[in-house]
Amino acid sequence: MIRQLDEIQKRLLREVADLHKVPEGAFNIRSNGESAGRASTANIEITPKENGSGLDIRIKPGTKNESVHIPVVMTQSGLTELVYNDFFIGEDADVIIVAGCGIDNCGPKDSEHDGIHRFYVGKNAKIKYVEKHYGSGTGTGKRILNPGTEVYMEENSTMEMEMVQIKGVDDTDRTTTAELAAGAKLVVRERLMTHGQQRAISSYVVNLNGEGSSADVVSRSVARDDSYQKFDAKLLGNAACSGHTECDSIIMDHGRILAVPGLEANNVDAALVHEAAIGKIAGDQIIKLMTLGLTEQEAEEQIINGFLK
Amino acid sequence: MLELDRISFSVDEDGQEKDIIEDISLTIPDNKLVVITGPNGGGKSTMARLIAGIEKPISGRILFNGTDITQMSITDRAKMGIGFAFQQPVRFKGLQVLDLIRLATGRQITVAEACKYLSAVGLCARDYIDREVNASLSGGELKRIEIATILAKGSSLSIFDEPEAGIDLWSFQNLIEVFENMRRSIRGSSILIISHQERILNIADEIVVLRDGKIAAQGPREEILPTLIGTTSMMPACGKADPGAPKSETETGKGEQQA
Repeated sequence: MIRQLDEIQKRLLREVADLHKVPEGAFNIRSNGESAGRASTANIEITPKENGSGLDIRIKPGTKNESVHIPVVMTQSGLTELVYNDFFIGEDADVIIVAGCGIDNCGPKDSEHDGIHRFYVGKNAKIKYVEKHYGSGTGTGKRILNPGTEVYMEENSTMEMEMVQIKGVDDTDRTTTAELAAGAKLVVRERLMTHGQQRAISSYVVNLNGEGSSADVVSRSVARDDSYQKFDAKLLGNAACSGHTECDSIIMDHGRILAVPGLEANNVDAALVHEAAIGKIAGDQIIKLMTLGLTEQEAEEQIINGFLK
Repeated sequence: MLELDRISFSVDEDGQEKDIIEDISLTIPDNKLVVITGPNGGGKSTMARLIAGIEKPISGRILFNGTDITQMSITDRAKMGIGFAFQQPVRFKGLQVLDLIRLATGRQITVAEACKYLSAVGLCARDYIDREVNASLSGGELKRIEIATILAKGSSLSIFDEPEAGIDLWSFQNLIEVFENMRRSIRGSSILIISHQERILNIADEIVVLRDGKIAAQGPREEILPTLIGTTSMMPACGKADPGAPKSETETGKGEQQA
């Protein structure tokens, strides 16, 4: 069952979850603070928490090739919500989880969605998690998103996280923490673009606790106009493990970026690497595309689109 | 047809004005392959950049098919039919080879169409079409992709700035074949190559020797080539550069750090 959504809500769903119709598999669509539709499957059960503060998503051990969609859309100006969603992923499961939040604020009051996602990833399970954030609307009220993500990974589990925030979110404070047991592997690909007066902070703390665990946290970002970004990624090597973090950023106009890569090796066999580069678009890149017939502005757009692809 | 009419260009070097190009007049006719050669620091690359619009002359006029393009932007010149292959091809994080070829053609061409251009420069299209044009590509691979973008653009004047620079001998053999093929299908267009290589000079219709910002010699290949053998203006395919010669832009590593 799905409640009727208006055109703006449908557009937001397309932006954050590529949803053009009711998704197959398990899903929950949250619209303006209420569930607009929910479905469980034989292997994936979505139930509201007893106190109404969010959802429990239970994925049975061995579930393969299934997906969970839990998008959130907000179109009511002035709405503020805090939601806790807990994912319990059984051993050997292999699933895709698509989250994401779209806010359309046409009013004068701030709209804010703070989503706390906790993932308990069972042994040998494999998860791909996609989270897109998007804002639109002409109101003076801010569109605020503060996602908190906690990941607890058991032995030999794999989690690939794709976090995207390209447009329209005025203020975001994103924190991601992860605890990895032996052989667990975490891959994070973050893409971020801020414009206008926007502000985005993204922090990671990854504890590599088990032998043979690995983490690869890579952020690509563009800060335009007067926007500000902070990327703070800390990897702690507490065992024989490997970790890599990279922040690659383009600044334009009066944009500002602070990159704070942090490594802490607490074990002699921890191999940790960080890379960070911030710079404007290289003049040669623009000139090359201009010699192919693009205007300066078209060249910039192509370079940024490619960079954030 | 391209005409340079009394072109001069200078740069400010430690407060001193240094002439790079001095009062040069030159015509690149249609249906011709012209090679500009000469010692390093003689002004060859600057001349190519002036034609593409990357630099603007301090005096003189540039006419392309009869239109004065002296004050035109790089973009407008490209749209009029001038193509320019960089001496040091630019790397782009995220942009794929397919994206670059599509931008060059100005159309959303199919993958199969794009692959034709890669095959033409001796690259196995399947292995490269999805690759990012980033630091994972070797100098030779980048150079061939750069040339593929020029083929894809299909210009009436294609300029190549030292296409042999930075590539290995194996790639160079292939490069010669690419230019020989271009030479065969030159009808209605012209090619301008800046090069020191004997094998490239060998396929020229005309050779221009640029030294100290001036044209030192100019004429049909048969006339000019014999006078160049053994000089620093030219080197055989596996020869070494003159150690005493001033360094080119490539060697001095000019350019911004790529984000």
